[in-house]
Amino acid sequence: MIDIIENANKEALEIIQNGQPTLIGLGVAGEVIPGMEKNLFLHAGPPIRWEKMSGPLKGGVMAGLMYEGLASTPEEAAEYAASGKVRFDPCHHHDAVGPMAGIVTAKMPVWIIENKAYGNRAYCTLNEGLGKVLRMGAYGPEVIKHLQWMENVLYPVLKETIEIHGPIDLKTMIAQAVQMGDEVHNRNKAATSLLIRELAPSILKTSFNNEEKIAVLEFLNSNDHTFLNLSMPAAKATLEPAGKVKHSTIVYTMARNGTEFGIRVAGLGGRWFTAPAEIIDGLYFPGFSMEDANPDVGDSCITETLGLGGFSMATAPAIVQFVGGTPKDAVRYTTSMYEITTEESRAYKLPPMNFRGAPTGIDIRKVIETQVLPVINTGIAHKKPGVGQVGAGIVHPPMACFEQALEAFVNLLEDEDLLEE
Amino acid sequence: MSVNDLFKQELKVVNLGLKSFYSDLRTQGVTTVHVNWKPKAGGKKNMLNLLNKLNKIK
Repeated sequence: MIDIIENANKEALEIIQNGQPTLIGLGVAGEVIPGMEKNLFLHAGPPIRWEKMSGPLKGGVMAGLMYEGLASTPEEAAEYAASGKVRFDPCHHHDAVGPMAGIVTAKMPVWIIENKAYGNRAYCTLNEGLGKVLRMGAYGPEVIKHLQWMENVLYPVLKETIEIHGPIDLKTMIAQAVQMGDEVHNRNKAATSLLIRELAPSILKTSFNNEEKIAVLEFLNSNDHTFLNLSMPAAKATLEPAGKVKHSTIVYTMARNGTEFGIRVAGLGGRWFTAPAEIIDGLYFPGFSMEDANPDVGDSCITETLGLGGFSMATAPAIVQFVGGTPKDAVRYTTSMYEITTEESRAYKLPPMNFRGAPTGIDIRKVIETQVLPVINTGIAHKKPGVGQVGAGIVHPPMACFEQALEAFVNLLEDEDLLEE
Repeated sequence: MSVNDLFKQELKVVNLGLKSFYSDLRTQGVTTVHVNWKPKAGGKKNMLNLLNKLNKIK
């Protein structure tokens, strides 16, 4: 009899399938994220101390300290971070997610996503664009200046825009985008275009001057990853309620802090199962190689946890030019993900897979049984703080995370006297 | 058909297990397909033991 697990997984999948992630507005992290404080810095992945942080995370923290006005030079910032005056916590412990370093500080503007089916919310900063950016660990003056522009221009314009427009159904937008060649992790070209199409008239209706409206539209349009910071909290908001289902073997979090990869399993509550993060096999920008790469980093694989990103690569053949491989590999990746998942998404249908739904609901038992690991496509950050992105590629979580989780799950059932001798 | 007769014909091989057998045959021009197969839990005894325990829920 394995009904107790099957029933729990059915319940978890029903919650995931029913999720209704909706963009309802914007706010300031310190005011809207639960438990957020001036001296609290959120980061990507499982918990980690300053001393153990990798280059990109440290660089992101240093940029955050200068942005918050708590330090004025990188040296001062590093000293401040090491002094113990800053508290570090994973984004995931505060209903938030962050790409790459994933640093969120109190002053930063965030998107607010509500899962209309269950009432829970998720938060994510606004995407900074490409080049020298905090999320890649860069902390130069241009990074801080750009963050200030986002706070003073981008944020107020977008906040008023959503107030005029009203909520935006992200589930429908993602469902459209995956039929237009996006997998909404490393390819967000279609989704960003759909978002701009939706927002543009309301941006024009805001009370801001033309110069500011044009700057906002140009920025959104210049950055194909604008939508990533919406697809991530949409996935987070969808998965989070499933994380409360007792006795379920479904994974509801995968995240990396640049040092360790961590997963959380519904039936095991908030406990992280971690192992050293892997180096990414991918395509490097001219002048860089695997030698320069930091291990896997970021909360963005929350998209894969929902069945998007690497799990849905078949629908985004163009992405192989960015992460390596061929369109045939993309189909192979998606096909193999059906081996370790429980259902097919009722909303996110993939045309190249004959409109099969995205592989949804990673079951730790299936990962162990088949030895097939989740496929994640991802950006690669330089291992030194301050340099930025050096490439993109394919990576997997360490098998050890799933092995530890399975062992903990069996121990739990034994403790509850649910297993036969 | 005897084994000797079999080897007088064109071989079509299905390979399970080590991929190098498949690669060697391909190099020699033999029609062959490789089955993407691994033993359950990669043959790891402790993991098999855990999976078996989950099949014995009261």
